[in-house]
Amino acid sequence: MIERMKASPNLRGGVLLSALVLVLGMVESTKPFGFDFADLSGGLVTMDTMIRIGILTIVLVGLNLLMGYAGQISLGQAAFYGIGAYISAILTARFHLLRLPPAIGGSWWWPWLVMVLAMAFAGGLAYLIGRPILTLRGHYLAMATLGLGIMIFILFRENLGFAGDHITGAFDGITAIPRLRVGSFELWPLSRYYFLVWFFAILCIAIAINIVNSRVGRAFRAIHGSEKAALAVGVDIAQLKLQALVVSAIFASLAGSLYAHFQAAVSPTPFGFASSLELVVMSAVGGMASIWGAPFGVTFILVLREMLRGQLRELLRGASGEHEIIFYGLLLVLIMIFMPQGIVVELMERLRRAGWASQGPRRTLKGEAR
Amino acid sequence: MNRFLPPWLHRWTGLIWLALLLASVVLLGQRSQYGPTQYMQFTMDGLRAGTIYALIAMGFVTVFNVTGIINFAQGAFVMLGAMLTVTVNNSATFLPPAPRLLLAIVAGIVGTTLIGLLLERMTIYPARHASPLTLIIITVGDFIALQGLALIAWTAKPYTLPAFTTLQIADKTIRLAGVVLKAQSFWIWGTTALVLLVLGYFFERTMTGKALRACAINRLGARLMGISVSRMSLVAFGMAAALGAIGGIVVAPTTRPTYDMGLVLGLKGFVAAIMGGLVSYPGAVLGGLLLGILENLAAGVTKAGLKDMFAFLLLIIVLLYRPHGILAARQETVEARQP
Repeated sequence: MIERMKASPNLRGGVLLSALVLVLGMVESTKPFGFDFADLSGGLVTMDTMIRIGILTIVLVGLNLLMGYAGQISLGQAAFYGIGAYISAILTARFHLLRLPPAIGGSWWWPWLVMVLAMAFAGGLAYLIGRPILTLRGHYLAMATLGLGIMIFILFRENLGFAGDHITGAFDGITAIPRLRVGSFELWPLSRYYFLVWFFAILCIAIAINIVNSRVGRAFRAIHGSEKAALAVGVDIAQLKLQALVVSAIFASLAGSLYAHFQAAVSPTPFGFASSLELVVMSAVGGMASIWGAPFGVTFILVLREMLRGQLRELLRGASGEHEIIFYGLLLVLIMIFMPQGIVVELMERLRRAGWASQGPRRTLKGEAR
Repeated sequence: MNRFLPPWLHRWTGLIWLALLLASVVLLGQRSQYGPTQYMQFTMDGLRAGTIYALIAMGFVTVFNVTGIINFAQGAFVMLGAMLTVTVNNSATFLPPAPRLLLAIVAGIVGTTLIGLLLERMTIYPARHASPLTLIIITVGDFIALQGLALIAWTAKPYTLPAFTTLQIADKTIRLAGVVLKAQSFWIWGTTALVLLVLGYFFERTMTGKALRACAINRLGARLMGISVSRMSLVAFGMAAALGAIGGIVVAPTTRPTYDMGLVLGLKGFVAAIMGGLVSYPGAVLGGLLLGILENLAAGVTKAGLKDMFAFLLLIIVLLYRPHGILAARQETVEARQP
């Protein structure tokens, strides 16, 4: 194990992240010696924030596969996230719409089954949209995901086009979504849910790392390097991009389901175009072509947002609205101009050059991707 | 569709789709007992909105043709045009209403154009060697930053701009065979027609226009002929900003401009540009008009809140069946134009 860890930075990273998650979770749930993150960080980082980071990490890992490796922008990723959340919400909190008996709708395994159904639905939708479009070149996928994202957001907001609010709850959304359980063991107080979310997050990171380091992943990097060259050596570009899109949609849907059971309520706002853009910013910060960048990108933006909200409210008193978006924009532009690989990747690279981080030749195409 | 039709009908597939679409619109309209007047009203309202989309779409086309970038900051130009005009109009109270509005409009267009030029130099030019993906994300960042700045400058409250005819908030309405039209609609149509004429003159008769066209056809070739592609990129962004601002200013009296009006208008303009194939001005105009009419008809017979959904549904349908625009022949591609 130690030998293998020495050889593989990804395994090392995985063990490190798992240990970090475990320690943070234990500390936060037991609070030894009155040690409390919320107090230490001035209310900035709480269990709640850490769960959110875990959930968004899952979305972002999928998005990075799509944007960084397959080179396709998705401007509608929040829609797949929303599909997971809404399907989970509707089918667990409003299962009577399906005329399900309470014996099924109220059982502990039903929300888990719904979660899988939602993932299948999101993946299927991504497949249907992506298959014809990805055979075309250029930015067509970005346009299609943008359209899809806004359409799905409006469908949520407008009760799928029906009158009333009996399905999606229109503007107000759905409340009273049950918590997740295994048998009679409820995964609820925040500390338990934290471990569940991060279990899935680390699982998704592991899956993504394995994809990236497999034959498929090498093909992805080949596409990213040069589509024409990849095509010339027999890589089925459209098929691979489609697979990346489907995987990213499935990840996003899983995260959405986890979000719905975490909040116990869903409303249309977090799944709109602005959220899709926020995901792109997070991805750019962490480094698009970097699976490990995902948790860093999410953490960076979420903490920055909390900080800015506090600061700006002081600075611009009387002004309403979400002022932090201006910083997102500036941040995105600056990063894309000066650090197109993302802050994390760029910093690691500088550290390595300065001799701080692990020595050895820089491995890109031939070695393991990071 | 072709699979289910005899061969002699294949040329008419588009028309058959349109007929089916119109039939379903009329069928849905039956629920509310709509007569021809209502449909006419929907169409005229859609035509007004569509003209604005066409103006914005032309900005997308200009930038895409010259640089190969989809400029998502286009919506921000629309918002800036409207907001700057409103601000100047509200503050220059020493002038009588008519010259004041004129000054405000000129200031709105010039100001937005300057912002567009500045944006190109500050964010696009430093990254000009990056991939189109990076550049597109940069324009997304530009959009977010401009909208954020607008939020700080103007807050979230809605503003008003007087109608061009009456110079008051209340606009004159004209009744034509039962259809109610606002006088502002004619200003919108007139402005767009004028812009088209000016653009036509610019591209056919001026050196800069010809250089822009050369860049659109082949960037490398243009460069070899001594055209500065980077300067043309600057010109394209300035033009796109001006087109967006004009769209925002003429539409301002019919809506209440806010800091976030650019998002939906920009995206609709983008849909219109895609419908036109992203490289053609007539295509963009036709796309805009069709988009406006279809979304308004569809929303009219179903639910008003679904209007934007139909617009993006149209986007996806066009991408699936006519990825190179409604005007392009099926086999024709624009890929040769892309780097």
